[in-house]
Amino acid sequence: MNVTEPKATLDLARELGLITDEYDRIIERLGREPSYTELGLFSALWSEHCAYKHSRVFLRRLPQTGPRVLQGPGENAGAIDIGDGWAVVFKIESHNHPSFIEPFQGAATGVGGILRDIFTMGARPIALLDSLRFGDPDDPRTRRLIEGVVSGISWYGNCFGCPTVGGEIAFAPEYAGNPLVNVLCVGLVRADGLFRARAEGVGNPVFYVGNKTGRDGIHGATMASATFDEHAHERRPTVQVGDPFTEKLLLEACLEAMASGAVLGIQDMGAAGLACCTSEMPARAGTGMDVELSRVPQRETAMTPYEILLSESQERMLLVAARGREDEVRRIFAKWELDAVEIGAVTADSNLTIRLGGEVVAQVPVDALADGPRYEKPTAVPAWLAECRAFDPLTLPAPSDLNRALVALLASPTIASKEWAFRQYDQQVGINTLVLPGSDATVLRVKGTRRALAVATDGNGRQVFLDPRAGAAMAVCEAARNVSCAGARPLGVTDCLNFGSPERPEILWQFAEAIDGIAAACRALELPVVGGNVSFYNETTSQRTSDATGRTMSGPSGATVSGTLDVQAILPTPIIGVVGLLEDAGRPATQWFKRGEHRIALLGGDAVSFGGSEYLWTLHRRLAGTLAPLDLELERRVQTAVQTAVGAGLATAAHDCAEGGLAVALAESCVTGPDPVGCVVTLPEIGQRADLTLFGEGPSRVIVTVDPSRVPEFEALMAESAIPWRWIGTTGGERLGITVGTETVIDAALDTLGRAWRTGFERHLS
Amino acid sequence: MKFGVVVFPGTWSDCDFHHVISEVLHQPVRYVWHRDRNLDDLDCVILPGGFSYGDYLRAGAVAGRSPVVEVLGDFTARGGVVLGSCNGFQILCEAGLLPGALMRNECLQYRCQSVHLTVDNADTPFTRGLAGRVLAMPISHGEGKYYADPATLAALRERRQVVFRYADADGRVTRAANPNGSLDNIAGVVSEDGNVLGLMPHPERAAEAVMGGVDGLALFQSLLGSLVEDGTFRQAV
Repeated sequence: MNVTEPKATLDLARELGLITDEYDRIIERLGREPSYTELGLFSALWSEHCAYKHSRVFLRRLPQTGPRVLQGPGENAGAIDIGDGWAVVFKIESHNHPSFIEPFQGAATGVGGILRDIFTMGARPIALLDSLRFGDPDDPRTRRLIEGVVSGISWYGNCFGCPTVGGEIAFAPEYAGNPLVNVLCVGLVRADGLFRARAEGVGNPVFYVGNKTGRDGIHGATMASATFDEHAHERRPTVQVGDPFTEKLLLEACLEAMASGAVLGIQDMGAAGLACCTSEMPARAGTGMDVELSRVPQRETAMTPYEILLSESQERMLLVAARGREDEVRRIFAKWELDAVEIGAVTADSNLTIRLGGEVVAQVPVDALADGPRYEKPTAVPAWLAECRAFDPLTLPAPSDLNRALVALLASPTIASKEWAFRQYDQQVGINTLVLPGSDATVLRVKGTRRALAVATDGNGRQVFLDPRAGAAMAVCEAARNVSCAGARPLGVTDCLNFGSPERPEILWQFAEAIDGIAAACRALELPVVGGNVSFYNETTSQRTSDATGRTMSGPSGATVSGTLDVQAILPTPIIGVVGLLEDAGRPATQWFKRGEHRIALLGGDAVSFGGSEYLWTLHRRLAGTLAPLDLELERRVQTAVQTAVGAGLATAAHDCAEGGLAVALAESCVTGPDPVGCVVTLPEIGQRADLTLFGEGPSRVIVTVDPSRVPEFEALMAESAIPWRWIGTTGGERLGITVGTETVIDAALDTLGRAWRTGFERHLS
Repeated sequence: MKFGVVVFPGTWSDCDFHHVISEVLHQPVRYVWHRDRNLDDLDCVILPGGFSYGDYLRAGAVAGRSPVVEVLGDFTARGGVVLGSCNGFQILCEAGLLPGALMRNECLQYRCQSVHLTVDNADTPFTRGLAGRVLAMPISHGEGKYYADPATLAALRERRQVVFRYADADGRVTRAANPNGSLDNIAGVVSEDGNVLGLMPHPERAAEAVMGGVDGLALFQSLLGSLVEDGTFRQAV
């Protein structure tokens, strides 16, 4: 061996993030002490980020199959058949930790990573959605994060040429030290043209393609598997640097090489880079791989095997080609001015053999690397929960002026227009975007067919915090309901599960409960989960201090670890992405009122609550209470009714009631369209406070507008649907008026409402 | 009429133009690789939007010196027309085929939004029949602020080379309607002989009703209507 390496020891293993048991297990699997390079391989592939060691036992509970599923979890992305010979490929992934350390590059490379996950499946990316969570937008540190993350997304997606068409941005102080950057990508591929990350065929050549390897991002996967402390910013060198132009070339070259038939299998070098690809690809195919590191294109000198294997340099792929067709692969990548170098071959021995100058520096069974430890750690109901849930928000006084409360809610940064961010994103390249960002779901046509796809993401951390099981189920329902409001039938789910440290029993309990909630909702709505990502360790330890607003950092989800150290975990935040199918691309519905004289119907029940609501946060700065009940069968029927109404052309608008309740949903329908349209609404007195009727939040509720000439048809459809529903008003005018019983409780000019909504987020940034 | 859509490394509106020309206008069209110097079979060459060569030096700077751009002068001399949109406009300015330069947006941010354009010269192959029209089209760029020195600007006005200007929906050219700080609200200019057009907006994104508008199609229809019997274009007056 011509490289001087440190000796692998237990101490070194612990420094690299492994625990004693895991180190012992490595020795047991190898039958000897690992070399330094081998220890590096294990530390990366057995990190939480790569091995899902705390989550895997729970993830098994999710429904993952269905008649249309072409690819479930376990590959770069999931795939679902959408008919006409096409498949939709989609996945959501987090880049939370890098984005906190370096917001611009962290977010940019998050976009780059998920794009590669989609095109390694053979699909051309057609849309990106970003689900972002930040702390208080008035905090200058938060502003810096927002500006960095949004410009990073804008830079990477725009330059690459994939439109950013949706997602959400929400705020809560629990995200101050751990912002969330979750990126969902959707791609299209011929259903018979899917590629997989498998190293098939002993003797086939293994090609390294794309960018050169540098020292950036080494141990990024390990960084993403630890809690932040006050030294987090010293980890900046573990954040990768993106190059969207190279990624665009890589896309075109990969799709061309795949179309040529010379490529058999391909995997993105994402987390844990070359180490991950060279072990996972053969592991999936029951083969081995023999790789010569001196052939790997490098942009720095004197890199060690350890560094080359664990580098997370961006825009790289590993592909297995058919023996005899090497020149075709080289020619295609040369056309796109990219490196394509044969670095090894598929072997029969089930080992990963790593060489440097011919000499073996690591030899490990691929199964040992790919099959990381799995833990079923203890869970415990958090002690803080009972008190939070016991609080009755109705003990707080009702606001004297409900109009002002409505304006305050529309101006809350979570509800207000995100135009400031979206105008920085190309939303149309590819000319597929039929419904632009700003409605419940974005709609994209599938060229060459009559069909279209509707996509939405959702996830309400406050609701999940108060009731992880019901809150996570509601996130599935809401994302699916958004897609249904566009008139599409939801087809499948991808989930990004953002939580604190799974080594804390309370956090793992949140996680386990949330999984059960997602599973129940997916079963009820017949939605397979075809891929996703778990992001643990979204928490920050800090000396006990006050933040800029004077609130101590130990919120309700915090825990005092010692006398002086606090742990602030994020709100448990499963982000649910749903993709749905519209049979008729010409008939998507949008959320805004189109013109006057349309009848307004409210579909779904009356059960609402202030628990975890935007109202309770915006007006009282409280996170407490219990959620309105969720009836999954009712949810399913409401969604089917909405899809049918839109599909039959009966609904001129459809809008989900979410944050801020019915009053905010009505106001949004009035002011978020191209032209403001008012409405007059009358709600029955049902023996509860008017503010609860207006702003209380509950699942399974949708506003639909109907042209007067179609009212009989609509009523017949509702009767068939067997759901609670009622007419509540009529569109028209320049005001929003709401009467409960006989009392007028809201009477506001659309100008005022529109201004509050348009400026509520942007005013924090200017 | 046969169209060629140029593909540079980093181009991304190529497929969109190709789609509109073949699927909406039903005209023959092929892609032109950036190293290709043979344009003999083409009547109109499109330089689409994107980030050619990553726009890493200056937007359009590297592509402006590529083989295909080098032969565009000969192509127009024998009667061909060239339309550069977005990055294509930047490339044409960098190559010296159009006057002026495109700088970073005044707001220092990327802008994707719908804009309205006045048609300031309807005597070009791209704008026939569009006198007095206000066209709605999307923009999507970070470097679209048009600049020319005072002498060049005076010459542009004198020769009616300013074709499109940012305006409000009623055609009023106002500061508020200027999305990127362009000099004089300039959104598009033509060459002296009128057969090379550069514009920042994306006509290919406004070419089908389902995409929210068809005003962009008017440019293509003007081109088709401008083609005379012998396969050349009617020159600007």
